[in-house]
Amino acid sequence: MGEQKSQAAGKPGAKRQFRIWRGDETGGDLQDYTVEVNEGEVVLDVIHRLQATDAPDLACRWNCKAGKCGSCSMEINGKPRLSCMTRMSTFEETETVTVTPLRTFPVIRDLVTDVSFNYEKARETPAFAPPADVAPGDYRMQQVDVERSQEFRKCIECFLCQNVCHVIRDHEENKQAFSGPRFFIRAAELDMHPLDAKTDRKEYAQAEQGLGFCNITKCCTEVCPEHIKITDNGIIPMKERVVDRRYDPLVWLGSKIFRRGQVPQTFVTSAQQSGAAHSAAAHGGVHSHAGGSHDPRHEAEAQKGVNWHRQVPHPTAAPVDANGRLPLTELTFDRAAAPSPFGDDVTFPLPPEHLNFAHPSQDEPKH
Amino acid sequence: MTETRIERHHYDVVVIGAGGAGLRAAIEARLAGKKTAIISKSLFGKAHTVMAEGGAAAAMGNVNSRDNWQVHFRDTMRGGKFLNNFRMAELHAKESPQRIWELETYGALFDRTKDGKISQRNFGGHEYPRLAHVGDRTGLELIRTLQQKIVSLQQEDKRDLGDYEARIKIFAETTITELLLDGERVAGAFGYYRESGEFILFEAPAVVLATGGVGRSYKVTSNSWEYTGDGHALALRAGATLINMEFLQFHPTGMVWPVSVKGILVTESVRGDGGVLKNSDGKRFMFDYVPDVFRKQYADNEEEADRWYKDPDNNRRPPELLPRDEVARAINSEVKAGRGTPAGGVYLDIASRLPAEEIRRRLPSMYHQFKELADVDITREPMEVGPTCHYVMGGVEVDPDSGAAFGAVRGLFAAGEVSGGMHGSNRLGGNSLSDLLVFGKRAGGHAASYADQLTSRPKVPVAAVETAVETALAPLQRDTGESPYTLQQDLQAVMGDLVGIIRREGELVDALGRLAELRERVAKVSAAGGRRYNPGWHLALDLRNMLVVSECTAKAALERQESRGGHTREDHPAMDPKWRRVNLVCSLDGDTVRLTHKPLPKMRGELISLFDRAELSKYLTDEELAEFDALAQKES
Amino acid sequence: MTSTATRPRGARARAAIAAKTLRTDRWWFQPLITVIGLSAWVAYATVRVFMHKWYWVDAYHYLTPFYSPCVTDRCVEGSSHFGSFLPGWWIIPDAALTLPFLLLFRLTCYYYRKAYYRSFWLSPPACAVPDGHESYGGETRFPLLGQNLHRYFFYAAAIISLINTYDAIYAFHSPKGFGFGFGNLILLANVVMLWAYTISCHSCRHIIGGRLKHFSKHPVRYKAWTFISWLNVRHMQLAWITLGTLALTDFYVMAVGAGWFNDLRFIN
Repeated sequence: MGEQKSQAAGKPGAKRQFRIWRGDETGGDLQDYTVEVNEGEVVLDVIHRLQATDAPDLACRWNCKAGKCGSCSMEINGKPRLSCMTRMSTFEETETVTVTPLRTFPVIRDLVTDVSFNYEKARETPAFAPPADVAPGDYRMQQVDVERSQEFRKCIECFLCQNVCHVIRDHEENKQAFSGPRFFIRAAELDMHPLDAKTDRKEYAQAEQGLGFCNITKCCTEVCPEHIKITDNGIIPMKERVVDRRYDPLVWLGSKIFRRGQVPQTFVTSAQQSGAAHSAAAHGGVHSHAGGSHDPRHEAEAQKGVNWHRQVPHPTAAPVDANGRLPLTELTFDRAAAPSPFGDDVTFPLPPEHLNFAHPSQDEPKH
Repeated sequence: MTETRIERHHYDVVVIGAGGAGLRAAIEARLAGKKTAIISKSLFGKAHTVMAEGGAAAAMGNVNSRDNWQVHFRDTMRGGKFLNNFRMAELHAKESPQRIWELETYGALFDRTKDGKISQRNFGGHEYPRLAHVGDRTGLELIRTLQQKIVSLQQEDKRDLGDYEARIKIFAETTITELLLDGERVAGAFGYYRESGEFILFEAPAVVLATGGVGRSYKVTSNSWEYTGDGHALALRAGATLINMEFLQFHPTGMVWPVSVKGILVTESVRGDGGVLKNSDGKRFMFDYVPDVFRKQYADNEEEADRWYKDPDNNRRPPELLPRDEVARAINSEVKAGRGTPAGGVYLDIASRLPAEEIRRRLPSMYHQFKELADVDITREPMEVGPTCHYVMGGVEVDPDSGAAFGAVRGLFAAGEVSGGMHGSNRLGGNSLSDLLVFGKRAGGHAASYADQLTSRPKVPVAAVETAVETALAPLQRDTGESPYTLQQDLQAVMGDLVGIIRREGELVDALGRLAELRERVAKVSAAGGRRYNPGWHLALDLRNMLVVSECTAKAALERQESRGGHTREDHPAMDPKWRRVNLVCSLDGDTVRLTHKPLPKMRGELISLFDRAELSKYLTDEELAEFDALAQKES
Repeated sequence: MTSTATRPRGARARAAIAAKTLRTDRWWFQPLITVIGLSAWVAYATVRVFMHKWYWVDAYHYLTPFYSPCVTDRCVEGSSHFGSFLPGWWIIPDAALTLPFLLLFRLTCYYYRKAYYRSFWLSPPACAVPDGHESYGGETRFPLLGQNLHRYFFYAAAIISLINTYDAIYAFHSPKGFGFGFGNLILLANVVMLWAYTISCHSCRHIIGGRLKHFSKHPVRYKAWTFISWLNVRHMQLAWITLGTLALTDFYVMAVGAGWFNDLRFIN
């Protein structure tokens, strides 16, 4: 067994050629290294050897080194991969191995990228809604019913699928409207969860996550280190579930006749909608303001006119000290000035959909 | 001094560590209405908890209805060789079922039994099937569930307050280098963003440590780079104490071949599902290593052991399922006797015991991992395994009920692997995940109420911040010192060779000498490059934590003259009841590590009565046994 | 020492990597053979559809799937079991009722979408190879929004598969009554593969069981779903196999109809 492997992996201690991208957001290039590679090693081992020898400040993320945490995502010979799971024996001995950071996300330094896009999208995806009438300990689910969701919960969040997806890889502008494969399977997971109480996940996936952007070219499935069938078992079933609701001619006909057209559209509560729109604008750096907006979504929102029943998000209460007072000295406060009297969540100028009337008694119970 | 920018934040509770315990603590603090920060050394959701494969032990009795908290308590104490803090073991056994059920309301999807309950599996040291699990990726499920619960709390805050981060915020890729004190009270924490190298200062009256373990000080380890004993060292420097630092768990079955995956664990469920250990002669050797204490529960012949998988009620268990230290020691003995594999391990064979299809179904990620990482097909060939440094039983000495650290500090809490006492001298598989949840919740809740009852907020002393800045920048400003990577290798060599699984007095003395030398060298470490995402600099800063914790381990290992659980002295091979009554407490006196003896708290009557006299007689002193007899007499 | 509230953080740049792709394998091979394969098939099918002859072997009742059912007034007697009500203008295919639906079924099929988006539309040509377009809106707008109608073309395709099945059974014929020849084997194999392709469709998988939340409450549908899921994994292979069997069946019928060679008869 041992002999066989050593042949496959090359002579112990053989020198191999590497090209590694070094640099940061201001620029960088591929640099050549010659490294010793031992039998049975993976690309991450080689990067560690480089850190200990030629390049002590070579930046690289890693954690478990066992393909379980999804930290060491990078592109090896142009393919998005986990470096801890890319065996050196898969390359020819004379081959130069090129290692670059993920292309879809902003680079921080060397092989480390800023993947906060994914965490922002995760935060926008509605969480599991526990059934109201089932106490902890009383959850009963059959194995066959949880298996589909369990497949998606195998996800180690390496974000290789997010990185390879051409919708955002090649079109930065889609980042606002598109959540990416990782969060489609999150939506699918919850929609298939036997006890999830939320019923509008399909509509959310279509309207807020940008499910329609996906043209099922399946690169996400190809790169998934956990071999989750992202497209076949997650995205396509979600698309079909949307079809159930949106494109079924019978439903359409019914809504025309009985004027229930609004029903499918009111699935996202107004608070969420403004929240999603707001954060999307903030995140992408495209601030759309009244008058000067080029964002079609906000334009359309403004066209609708005054929304008399808008729920205004409650302002963030400014933090107070033990005596109930605002900390007003710069030394003890966490920013360089006094807190905004409008609350921390309000930025100026206000986005157009906020420029309208909200009834002061909105919080009082309706009679 | 030069202008250094420090970002300041105000929080009520700062949780250092974003593994299971940290996240559970943060959830609890946030639910108590506190403004909470979570500091994660790596990205959010990548914590070492994902590596836990087997499951979370909780006496829910779903598979065997005879299971209850008393049995779980008994197993835990037995596994820890009665050195556990009994109160922690008791709380753990009582509360873990609720903590697991709670996870379901957060969206966790455990494997199910036929009647739709959470399925539970067998595991080494547990009398009944007790481990709630999801295939063999339970740790991932746990961390993801907690992570998603935090997201859902953030969504609530967004809805109510207009900002996701109004009450709970995650600081990813941020390392804390120092705790700041106002007198004896915790006033905050100082650290840096790994990404930018910028400094960050948290002002908070309560800090929860949940930083995990120390395994990175060892050569062969299953632990990731994060496990540098940060929390242990932070607590020591803040005036808290550590206990039981001599007890390290070496997982009996880590991969030893191929090189790229050396140290990676092979879950115990491989053995629970029928895998057997064989030496190079092909002999199933574990039958030769059943200690007398376990004769009653473990089979002494292959026929009975094999019957157990089908009929656990009428047969004794296979010896492969003995507690981890016994298995690790057995493997070590086989290898030393020359019956090991070429790579220095033994064979773990499941291929010849179950059909390939069944192996793939029961151990999917194990199969997947071996196939992809090492091109080994576990359904066709045996694995080569050996002991790997895996878990530290010792840690911050805490109050069992609140998780508050002992010693000369207030406002400091600890939960999870970084806290000590719960597991005694040896941890049972599956107890760590439930430990995280039970004590994470307690620490978070008590940190919140501590912050509540404070009449004035402690102030961060400016001088302490300046010192922290200087200490942090020092390695970058030196250019004459050694590389941090060399120093880490040397430290790992000292710990691996001299303070490893089998210890001797001479070697431990030698180790202490070398550690003192290393201390000098680490003080002069220099890191090349700048502050932005510079792993060399990060390692240089972690080194001093690793060093001080290693000193505690070595000192305590030298002091404890017996073998018990995760501490094996070749020169004192027997367990000594007198030593059972003692915890070794480690504290920092200026720069020097000090070790003191402290008596173990005495178990309450109704708890000790759960055990057989025959069993207790192996652990207790005559004096304690006499007390037990008196108690038994009074009851009858 | 100063303090600031937030980290300076604007839009940050991606890594400046000059090469468009650093893939070293033959990533262009897959799209290339897809283009060649699909183009060749479409060319053959177009020629055949507008040939308007050699689609019916009267002796054995062989009807090529490209002309089933034949509905124009130039249809040979016997080939038009649903009547011939359309004018025989050359631009109108003889199977004008079914061909458009079959075409749309395949055009909106999740596998074919992947294939032509990648190889014809280069969006993207291969994974981690740049998309060849300035902007991209995916299937969010007309006309690509129409891809979501796949479900209804699936229903149509299922009906057409029934017709093809009828054709295959009807073809067990010879001038003496019952007959069985090599052509029957081909027609049968084709129809079996067509069924396999049709029901392995993602929409079918969804309708049969995928839309359920609780499999445990629908054991029969769960079984059916499991079977279709098994087939569905092979949807791509079936998509190509059926292109092959369709062309082969058609060619065989054409060859026998044109008299290039005789059908190999086993019975009569």
